[in-house]
Amino acid sequence: MSRWAALVHRVSGIALALFLPAHFWVLGQGLEMDRLLRWTEQPLVKAAEWVLVVLLAAHLGGGLRVLALEFLPWRDWQKSLTAAAAALTLGWGLAFALAL
Amino acid sequence: MSVLRVSVRRGDAWQAFEVPRRESQTVLDVVTHIQRHLDPTLAYRYACRVGMCGSCAMTVNGAPRWTCRTHVDKVAKEGRLEISPLRNLPVIRDLVTDMREFFDKWARAKGQFGGERKRSDDFALLSPVSGKRKLADVNIECIGCAVCYSACDVVAWNPDYLGPAALNRAWTLVNDERDKAQAERLRAVAGDAGCLSCHTHMSCTERCPKALSPTAGIAGLKRATLKAALRGEL
Amino acid sequence: MRSQTFLWIVQRASAAVLALCVLVHLATIIYAVRGGLTGAEILARTRGSAAWFAFYSLFVLAVTVHAPIGLRAVLGEWLGWRGRSSDLTLLLFAMLLAWMGMRAVRTVFA
Repeated sequence: MSRWAALVHRVSGIALALFLPAHFWVLGQGLEMDRLLRWTEQPLVKAAEWVLVVLLAAHLGGGLRVLALEFLPWRDWQKSLTAAAAALTLGWGLAFALAL
Repeated sequence: MSVLRVSVRRGDAWQAFEVPRRESQTVLDVVTHIQRHLDPTLAYRYACRVGMCGSCAMTVNGAPRWTCRTHVDKVAKEGRLEISPLRNLPVIRDLVTDMREFFDKWARAKGQFGGERKRSDDFALLSPVSGKRKLADVNIECIGCAVCYSACDVVAWNPDYLGPAALNRAWTLVNDERDKAQAERLRAVAGDAGCLSCHTHMSCTERCPKALSPTAGIAGLKRATLKAALRGEL
Repeated sequence: MRSQTFLWIVQRASAAVLALCVLVHLATIIYAVRGGLTGAEILARTRGSAAWFAFYSLFVLAVTVHAPIGLRAVLGEWLGWRGRSSDLTLLLFAMLLAWMGMRAVRTVFA
């Protein structure tokens, strides 16, 4: 279980690292905000945004798991707790993404 | 099913055997049967055969285990077994691995006790219930079987990584009040080769036959390293 | 202090900062999008705001250190790429993120 959490954390991190330059580039274009907002209405862009929110939530959840395991006093059930925390965060991310 | 189909990894190839099933049979029983009755050239290790020494560790159906403590009933899906040497270690022959690097890393992690008392000194007085002693005792029972080392992905990905057993031992010594080599030890376990490269996959904790948690020990080392670094002691 | 230990500490510290920044960022974006704010309305709130400028500059800074250090482990462990060339490439990537990030922050918040 922890192995999967760690792998999801890593893969989502890689994806986010690759996405960020593009995100910064778009924002820095200085497009008029309205035109930009209209562009983001396109279904493909909406889908990409959804994927990104999920990736972000997954990476955040995995990161919180790591921080908990490394810095909180150790308890055996911590393993399950952190896995649950990661899942919750992911679910939250999905819920928000769907609202987008 | 009265017959087990066993695949044994030998060098670059798998060799197939048929082994009669018996009640309460262990994987070690299976390997022993093969060597004694089917192919005497098969090389493998064991010693106590009762789950105390850790010599019989091998990869069984993809997971590192003590073969003497692995009942065939628990792992043989549809009467099949796949037996190969422990991962992450060089193979000497067949199922026998070269454990030198495993123990070399133990030494590199300063996994040896560094005391200062001489035999003429009085005994050291240690409370068995002090916080530190409890932390050490929880993970002290390691017998160096290399199952955790074999299970660890980071060991597979990073040849320098000291590994869960070595780091776990270092942690027990960090908590040993009698030990005077603390600064040196923390320096040995900090860095890319040490505790900081653990990505908490927890395969070590999952597979340890003695139910130890190297992940917990390594997390403790991370915190100790952080403290020492912030104090400028690293 | 060992440089590798320093990187690890920076990674954890930036992670903590990012956890907060990401939550604020997501909440803000959701609010702006669901609230149906027009471009002009968004920019009216962001342009010239010293607070937002500072917040997003901190966000960019945290990302600039967090992403490359994370990738360093991936490059070393999955591609076997370690040492000077890897560190240099990651430094360049960090500089790229910083430059593009601040450019974006300036565009939206200055």
